Amino acid sequence: MNKKTLILNENGISKIIDSMVYSILENEKDLKNIAFIGIIKRGDIIAKRVAERISKLKNIDIPIGKIDINLYRDDLSLIDYQPLVRSTEVLFDINDKVIYLFDDVFFTGRTIRSALVEILDIGRPKMIKLYVLIDRKSRELPIRPDFSGIELEIPKKDNINVFFKELDGKDSVEKEEN
Amino acid sequence: MNWTKKHLLSIEELTKEEIDFIIDNAFSFKDILLRPIKKVPALRGKTVVNLFFEPSTRTLISFSLAEKHLSADSVNVSTKTSSVMKGESLLDTAKNIESMKTDMVVIRHSSPGAAKFLSERINSNVINAGDGTHEHPTQALLDFMTIKEIYKEFKNLKVLILGDILHSRVARSLIWGFSKYNTKVTLCAPPTLMPLFLNDFDVKIEYDIDKAIQDKDVIYILRMQLERQEKGLFPSLREYVKEFSMTYERYLKIKDRSIIMHPGPINRGVELDGNVADSEKSVILDQVTNGVAVRMAILYLLNGGKNE
Repeated sequence: MNKKTLILNENGISKIIDSMVYSILENEKDLKNIAFIGIIKRGDIIAKRVAERISKLKNIDIPIGKIDINLYRDDLSLIDYQPLVRSTEVLFDINDKVIYLFDDVFFTGRTIRSALVEILDIGRPKMIKLYVLIDRKSRELPIRPDFSGIELEIPKKDNINVFFKELDGKDSVEKEEN
Repeated sequence: MNWTKKHLLSIEELTKEEIDFIIDNAFSFKDILLRPIKKVPALRGKTVVNLFFEPSTRTLISFSLAEKHLSADSVNVSTKTSSVMKGESLLDTAKNIESMKTDMVVIRHSSPGAAKFLSERINSNVINAGDGTHEHPTQALLDFMTIKEIYKEFKNLKVLILGDILHSRVARSLIWGFSKYNTKVTLCAPPTLMPLFLNDFDVKIEYDIDKAIQDKDVIYILRMQLERQEKGLFPSLREYVKEFSMTYERYLKIKDRSIIMHPGPINRGVELDGNVADSEKSVILDQVTNGVAVRMAILYLLNGGKNE
């Protein structure tokens, strides 16, 4: 069996979400001009959690969207089966907004590249910032997060598994050695 | 589920799960149609040939748009302007086109089985866009998507298919599909336009339209295929209208939550009244929109399909 190590527990994840909240509040004078977009399937959950906490603190509702990047992957012709395309839902005008893009794990940067192209197909935001839970420090493209909760340098063959209550019934991050 | 098929030839060969999978994907592709930039790079660098040996407006435009939205490069070939007029066979035409290194072929042909014939002989993905009176799978899929959009599931629906069933490839695809969902299907047509193959299916046959339209959730009206009629199948168009047309008078008697569908092109005043086609229960134009989304989903899925 593969060796699994706990990297973050519920409390750890919650603390990172809090840091994201404070980082955004520090950056932004005008909260009315920002919007969140999460990458399906777990980035959208992070976006929602951050937005809920900001809403409690500042009494403001930040628009949240989610995107599915499968149609923008650069390896569509290489993978075995075409993945199910989930709905991209960005139901607000992103033009001239400051977009915070959320994802769980930053790995090669290719997912983010796809997401950036997709967002630019939807509109022309003023700025896009990338917030991730974990940075695996294994970039293949000149793209890096503006915020990462933790940095982990582990071999490429190993997995980082993120679990969220909304999907998996628990909050935790595990390392799986292959 | 994992999509494995390389070609889309008929509804008959699809499982219920595969039909659902196409439709689930298609709903996501429909969202792309609502964006200001209706283009995604999923089929970038792929070449699609739309090989149409029979006239078409809707299906050809729908496929062309679907291909463009997915960033594929596409070429349209129609019989009138091609070497088919010089006597080149279907296989030779297709082999020559494929020698130009194309990836997918969408084919409409007047011979049943034309798409399957090609799929067994060329390497490209083949999509059947209508083969004679056999099947028109993409039409049925967009119809199922439209029904699913409104009713969410097929299980308890009562469906009526009305009109020229004998000549209709759409009807064949629909009946195959509904049979997989165990949907209750009633067919209504003059006895001369009711085909024999129906004995294999669990469908109800009703020759009285006024009885047939009662209690139906979906009323699917077929086009009277004037170009395919041999003599003597029905006495006159006027008689047909009187006995089997969805007139406005009949429309007023259908269920409140019923929907009117039609694969197009409509013959106003023949199989249905113009004001039925334009009525609030008509979803005919929604079918057309969904057609683009369904075809995007099919192109996307087949691109990843492997040899079976």
